[in-house]
Amino acid sequence: MAEIRVRNLVKLYPGQRSRANDDISLDVADGEFLVLLGPSGCGKTTLLRMVAGLELPTDGQVVIGRRDVTYLPPRERRLSMVFQSYAVFPHKRVRDNIGFGLAMRGAPRSTIRQKVEWAADLLRLTEFLDRYPAQLSGGQRQRVAVARAIVVEADVLLMDEPLSNLDALLRLSFRAELKKLVGELGTTTLYVTHDQVEALSLGDRVAVMRDGRVEQVADPMSVYDRPASVFVGGFLGSPPMNFISGSVHAEPDGGVRFGLDGAAIPAPRALASYADRPLRLGVRAESIALADAQADGAVPATVQVFEPLGSATLLTVDLAGQQVKVQASASYRADPGDRVWLSIMEEHQRWFDAETSLALDVDTPLATAPT
Amino acid sequence: MSIAPPAPPAPPAPPEAPAVAAEPLPPVDRRPLRRRRMIRAGQQVAAIALTLFMGVPVYLIALAAFSSRAELNRFPKALWPRDVSIDTMRTFLHSTGVVPSFINSVEVGIATLIVSLLIGAPAGYAIARYVFRGRDGYQLFLLTARSLPVVVLSIPLATMFLRLNIYDSVLAVTLVHAVLALPTTVLITASVFVAVPAELEEAGMVFGCTRFGAFRKVVLPLSVPGVAASSIFTFVLSWNEVLAAAILTLNNRTLPAQVLTTLPYSPVEFRFAGGFAMVVPSLVFILLMRRYLTNMWGATIR
Repeated sequence: MAEIRVRNLVKLYPGQRSRANDDISLDVADGEFLVLLGPSGCGKTTLLRMVAGLELPTDGQVVIGRRDVTYLPPRERRLSMVFQSYAVFPHKRVRDNIGFGLAMRGAPRSTIRQKVEWAADLLRLTEFLDRYPAQLSGGQRQRVAVARAIVVEADVLLMDEPLSNLDALLRLSFRAELKKLVGELGTTTLYVTHDQVEALSLGDRVAVMRDGRVEQVADPMSVYDRPASVFVGGFLGSPPMNFISGSVHAEPDGGVRFGLDGAAIPAPRALASYADRPLRLGVRAESIALADAQADGAVPATVQVFEPLGSATLLTVDLAGQQVKVQASASYRADPGDRVWLSIMEEHQRWFDAETSLALDVDTPLATAPT
Repeated sequence: MSIAPPAPPAPPAPPEAPAVAAEPLPPVDRRPLRRRRMIRAGQQVAAIALTLFMGVPVYLIALAAFSSRAELNRFPKALWPRDVSIDTMRTFLHSTGVVPSFINSVEVGIATLIVSLLIGAPAGYAIARYVFRGRDGYQLFLLTARSLPVVVLSIPLATMFLRLNIYDSVLAVTLVHAVLALPTTVLITASVFVAVPAELEEAGMVFGCTRFGAFRKVVLPLSVPGVAASSIFTFVLSWNEVLAAAILTLNNRTLPAQVLTTLPYSPVEFRFAGGFAMVVPSLVFILLMRRYLTNMWGATIR
């Protein structure tokens, strides 16, 4: 058990001009499950590999459990890892694969046997212990890789997109299995993925990365509901967050409105100081209320595309010349060209500076359950 | 169920489309199938022809080597053993220099194998795993060693070996053969090591191996088939190499050098015996290494 502390970590691959990791500082608390999330090439795997010791940083420091490990070889860091391609040794039986780390540490044979059987039982591999990996399916191989990683009882568990090579159905079931397992073991875990659903469902906290930097670190619901930047809002969620451009102005009655071409959305009073500056309003598709008739504070829009998705319905509407995705209930019906009315509650609004793309510090309280 | 009231004039629902259209289909066209069978039969014939092309000479040499002298001089010759005799073979093996040169050849072959793997495999690993300045140039440069004719290499080497007092020794021939074998050893082992995913090696390092330990415990066992292929190549190269071996030795000849220098002056049956003695050891070596060529764990590496 140990916490991971990363300080000002920089990685510049030789022959490249831009930094793969640019001054990253990050803490993973003892027993925490932190997910590094970002598009491919954002540097999340580089960060993980520097924590693992498979890559050495250009500058900065990595501390695991109060021990500086910045330049230590991987085997001396007391960590274990699950790889994207499983990296199960093809020339060893499942039993020897799982026990590899223990055998390398010179553990007594009886201990190895005992622990291998414990892990095999946990991951439902008992009947495959004497097989070679070639005789296993992809999901079973990944379970071998996980078993190999947990038997060594390392301080820190690192996972590099462990689910990405599995097919969709298996990924879903193994995700839940993994969450349960890691939760029971309580090992500090650093997990890399580009799959936002995986990140939100697994992580105690999610660190969203972009271009070698960390954009936001927060618990999954905060990252989803209160993105720190346009990038985070646009990267998370399916469909991604809507961004509506416009500017706010104060009303004579003291209220503030977000003005669009011929429409105005009520906005929080705290935005009054941003009057007449270009802003972007971020709102989730499922947070937009739909109505067929005009209501107080609602703005008109025209339906462009109607997509039934089974569990919900997705509408693409034209709101004063800007495309907005709206999620409606599965039974909702509309046709292209229909006029609908959208209302966006203040608690679902997230405001961004149009120039910096960063979230404005407007105190919009999180949605509380209506009574 | 009560009788339903007369249905309201609902919009006529489109009739459920039948799963299979009723109209007749064109007959199954079997011509592509026949064509495919023809091609496959052709491939079989080609494979057999190729096997015969390689196998028949070996058979004929073996036949001649184990026939009596009288049988060899008869005409027309038979295509199957009629008068088997091991006299020729025995006389050949007992003639001066044959057994020692045979032993020399085996020694040189194995020593060449070891030297070229010891030097070549690390180079192959470096090419496979590291990106370094001039890697492509290095690979190309390796091949230039082979572009020099062996004679050009051998004569200056002979004088040098004379000075170093290793002329006419197994070591001298081994060194030259290792130089000849190295380019292919490096390139073959490089392609073998590339095929072993780097993640496997990293897994080894995370779970307690040093860099070299990960190579020894993970990469090397997985590379056995490729290394076997490379060693076959090296051994056969050394076994067949005659020019350098003939120049660099005088009394301690390798078998090909011995055969080359003595057989032109020997009766014809001894030439067959010599040819047979040349062919068999490399065939045996290939047979021994063959099982390492096929995969050992029932599947490809990945």
